[in-house]
Amino acid sequence: MDIIESALRQGFGADAIIFALAAIGLNMHFGYTGLLNFGQAAFMAMGGYGLAATVSTFGLPFWAGILVGLGATVVLALLLGVPTLRLRADYLAIVTIAAAEIIRLTVGSVTLRDWFGGRDGLQQFTGAFRAMNPFTGATGFGPLTYRAYDAWVIFVGWGLVLLAALFVWMLVRSPWGRVLKSIREDEDAVRSLGKNVYSYKMQALVIGGLIGCLAGFMTGLRQSATNPDDYFTEVTFFAWTVLILGGAARVMGPVVGSILFWFLISLLGGFFSWATRGPDPLIPTWLMNSNQASLVRFIIMGLALMLLMVFRPQGLLGDRKELALDAR
Amino acid sequence: MPAESTPTTDFDRHADVTRALADVPREPGAPKPAPILVADHVVRRFGGLTAVDVGHLEVQRGAITALIGPNGAGKTTFFNLLTGFDRPNSGSWKFNDRSLSGMSAYRVARLGMVRTFQLTKVLSRLTVIENMRLGATGQRGERIMSSLVPSLWRGQEKANTERADSLLERFMLDTKREDFAGSLSGGQRKLLEMARALMVEPELVMLDEPMAGVNPALKQSLLGHVKSLRGEGRTVLFVEHDMDMVRDISDWVVVMAEGRIIAEGPPSSIMGDQRVIDAYLGAHHDAALTVEEEERQLAEAEAETGLETGSLAGKTEPQKQEGTA
Repeated sequence: MDIIESALRQGFGADAIIFALAAIGLNMHFGYTGLLNFGQAAFMAMGGYGLAATVSTFGLPFWAGILVGLGATVVLALLLGVPTLRLRADYLAIVTIAAAEIIRLTVGSVTLRDWFGGRDGLQQFTGAFRAMNPFTGATGFGPLTYRAYDAWVIFVGWGLVLLAALFVWMLVRSPWGRVLKSIREDEDAVRSLGKNVYSYKMQALVIGGLIGCLAGFMTGLRQSATNPDDYFTEVTFFAWTVLILGGAARVMGPVVGSILFWFLISLLGGFFSWATRGPDPLIPTWLMNSNQASLVRFIIMGLALMLLMVFRPQGLLGDRKELALDAR
Repeated sequence: MPAESTPTTDFDRHADVTRALADVPREPGAPKPAPILVADHVVRRFGGLTAVDVGHLEVQRGAITALIGPNGAGKTTFFNLLTGFDRPNSGSWKFNDRSLSGMSAYRVARLGMVRTFQLTKVLSRLTVIENMRLGATGQRGERIMSSLVPSLWRGQEKANTERADSLLERFMLDTKREDFAGSLSGGQRKLLEMARALMVEPELVMLDEPMAGVNPALKQSLLGHVKSLRGEGRTVLFVEHDMDMVRDISDWVVVMAEGRIIAEGPPSSIMGDQRVIDAYLGAHHDAALTVEEEERQLAEAEAETGLETGSLAGKTEPQKQEGTA
């Protein structure tokens, strides 16, 4: 049953980590504060390119790269937030999706090739991270075995996911989190009670962005390279799918969503490629051939997402009662 | 401020206020003996339409002041301007001698001038008690760094919860404590909004149509709650269409029409004020009908419309009156 084993490997692998982090950030934005951020890929790119360019282009230490990535994320959040957070929610959505594309095209541009490596991206910035690796040889977590570097990436990655989830949990159960949830419900009511709504929205945007930046670090570290295509628009939409699947406004929603998303993608892909393989495949060739198999998994995932929205709109961990009250 | 020092009843307060307002001239913009809010030349235009053009208004401290006027008079717009939810084209206003011009809504609220909304704004997916807790000001746990250390805010949270619980009891919402606010009825939402506003400890409570959409049974208790605000020494300014409420609880009535303040006075005299009747019914309306006059008009109408429609005269009459309004 290597299909299931490889699906498990995906479900607990680096992809799941990256999207769990990205979706935890989105959860801060959308789930708790009601901010529509369609440019989470831009915050991830700040992390990926901040780290890679600092180390690889400018030859500074690894930790300086981490700081640059986090700093660039804060700057981006302020740039996006200052003009839009006083306006209706839609404006942030428009500005973030545009910003994500601008950033992807900028780091991939020929003009800035000396800094960001153009279409080829940047490599050789993970030396210090590799040096910190305590694992040697093949390392097993339960039934799954990974190469030493992958094991180190996964170990650090899940650690970050747990820390981010803990951080979000601590924030949202506090009075600060209550203000955020209230802003999600009705900004003007919160304003009328003497709270500086603009400032809270900005804080939420920065924090969610910083968690997205961690996802960017992991993207770069996982493949020891960073590339403009890692921050394509679909990355943001996968993160949204993960969030909706797991359940927005639930601390563990994005984590469960991400594990399940990548598990299912891999399982479906594995199944269809097995079922269309060989001289006498399970699925007749007039219905589906092996070239189509890898695309069908996305069709099935899309269908599953639609059914989820119909029958369980609150996601896997959400509370239906809470969602049904929404009168807007 | 809520008067801890001088324990008085609403009855005494009402008497005090009535005495204080007795000598105030019944004129638009009349100066009051102890104004808490003073507005000057507040103008708001939407394109070519001047929605609000208030020359001068003073609101007496400790009194219940009603702001009335026909639809489109600019009452709610004026409310929005005063509370920082909208910006005027020009004008200035002071609350406790402190200028509020250009101040954002949250800072206005922090100074002690808290409003409610015509369409209630409860936080649907938060419980009733969480709605209440949000109202408390100066919460340490609402600052991001200290929110991570529960020991810094637990004590304050507990005190706020106690205050919230006693308010919920007073507003008869204590049985709904753990329900989502979105599950409350329209009237209960009004109560919750008022109770939540009190969590801010406002000096001036501004209620935008507190009676809209509230059933008659609940109206009486809402009236009592508004009076109790005066009993605590708070000032109330409210917009209302319900004339029974205006007559029943207000100490002073301000009438707006077409953005201007056209009359002021105690409720007993304002209802008969010619300017007010003109504003509500149009300047060329018929005078109040006597029985004889009404019969004469009826007969006239019947004669005009002919015998075949005579049986409908009873129905056409009220329509005719509406037409003149």
